[in-house]
Amino acid sequence: MENFSIRSVQKKIKNGELHLKSIVGEFIGRIEQRDDLNAFLAVYKNAALAKAEEINNKIRSGNAGSLAGAVIAVKDNMAFKGGQLSCASKILENFVSPYDSTVAKKLTAADAIIIGKTNMDEFAMGSSGENSSVKPAKNPHNTSHVPGGSSSGSAVAVAANMCTAALGSDTGGSIRQPAAFCGIYGMKPTYGRISRYGLVAFASSLDQIGPLANSIDDLAVILQAISGNDVHDSTSAPEPVPEFSSRFSESIEGKTVGIPRQYMTEALQPEIADAINSTKAKLIAGGVKVVDVELKMLDYCIAAYYIICTAEASSNLSRYDGVRYGFRAENAKELDEMYTQTRVQGFGKEVKRRIMLGTYVLSAGYYDAYYRRALKARTLIRQDFENAFKQCDLMLSPTTPTTAFKLGENINDPLTMYLQDIYTVSLNLAGLPGLSIPAGRDSAALPIGLQLIGKPFDELSLLQTGYFLENTPDN
Amino acid sequence: MTISIEDVKRTAKLARLEFSDDELKNMTKEMGTILGYVEKLNELDLNDVPETAHVLQLSNVFREDEVKPGLSNEEALANAPRVKKGHFSVPKVIGE
Repeated sequence: MENFSIRSVQKKIKNGELHLKSIVGEFIGRIEQRDDLNAFLAVYKNAALAKAEEINNKIRSGNAGSLAGAVIAVKDNMAFKGGQLSCASKILENFVSPYDSTVAKKLTAADAIIIGKTNMDEFAMGSSGENSSVKPAKNPHNTSHVPGGSSSGSAVAVAANMCTAALGSDTGGSIRQPAAFCGIYGMKPTYGRISRYGLVAFASSLDQIGPLANSIDDLAVILQAISGNDVHDSTSAPEPVPEFSSRFSESIEGKTVGIPRQYMTEALQPEIADAINSTKAKLIAGGVKVVDVELKMLDYCIAAYYIICTAEASSNLSRYDGVRYGFRAENAKELDEMYTQTRVQGFGKEVKRRIMLGTYVLSAGYYDAYYRRALKARTLIRQDFENAFKQCDLMLSPTTPTTAFKLGENINDPLTMYLQDIYTVSLNLAGLPGLSIPAGRDSAALPIGLQLIGKPFDELSLLQTGYFLENTPDN
Repeated sequence: MTISIEDVKRTAKLARLEFSDDELKNMTKEMGTILGYVEKLNELDLNDVPETAHVLQLSNVFREDEVKPGLSNEEALANAPRVKKGHFSVPKVIGE
């Protein structure tokens, strides 16, 4: 596989060794060849090829943006004017975006080529990709296994070399978990780092957009291009954006990495525990101090998360009523019947389950017992991290308790499926950045992913640590 | 706390959803399992703990009230299932 990383492509095009059209052509070839992986819901073949000509000229003449040469796939829950925005749901199957999301504007302004929209769990609800109402994406390392979710197609497209990199969204692990299952890099930045204007809302206090890529370099360049405060999203943070794309390769010598003791349980697949230990050894050899830290709230994260995310989802998804956009059930005689039938026919099983749970925990008589308790537990989870970060600069943990499970294995057992997110959801609850990095394979040759956890707005330390590990060979 | 079929029916009504008898049974069972699990939170002493609804310590973000370009009437209606005279059109609101 040729190196199509953004900066090397820019250099080769500049030197006249390569034409961007041939790169786009290769990606499209692979998308068509591996149609069985169900990575894409829409492929913009002609537009991408036409754009390649234009961007190639820009690179040659030296006035191209930072993402010139990058061919990006985007999860189908981010708006691109004039394009589909289905969230892999029947209720939005014919929707056409009337405007651009902020990330769409930023990608285009930086001269990225958008190759298509990727498959996902419906409304980003799921950990396997199997909740797509269109078709389930499959793991390129073994097609009888899931690619993870909910940014399934984005992870598959990157891992199967159908694009340079991709964007996903992460509410409880939806970038990091599929990145781990597919053996690539995936980052959920700090809550507020990237504007969510034009991202379809699932759970607004948790959702964050982030990149998936085959290298830390590409991840850093994309993160740089899409980060920053935005007038269109009042929850985007007015924090300065560090120089990710020039500083990701700086040394991490002297930093302290914490390993949460509670995360190394017996339920963890032994090969993933081994990967933690060998990574720890590499860090120590590189002059990093490694310490044990306490995160006592681990056992309560899933409970708090599934109350909060379903509550917020039930509110956010009340907008799908068949009036202003999207699917409308036919033959309803009255308004109430139209609302209900539209939602009954338009939403899939998991989406309905979450709307039901969220409606229940917010309803009179249960609000205090469930929702308010979860918000209080969320405070303890934040404090747990704040305390642990007094002893370290960043943390190392597993991304997932196991490597990719089989298609169909957990689909009829929602609670077991939810427990897949045990290591990832706490970061969303606390608003912290997390980066999943590939860390070898298990005995079935399925990828192992490890998670680096950072302090708020310290994505840079995660990139630097990821870069160090990327460039430190296994013994 | 256990959840009954009646609770599920009442919740479905609030959420503008409807289920067949079989689906109701399944939903009751699944919601029961999940709600049983989240009761783990009862093990925590949360009496004096403040709530976190949102992690960013932002208060209202104000801006000048200026006229800026938005969607035209045509663009705003382009995705509507039914349109009449420049408006969204729905089935009648008041029953027989």
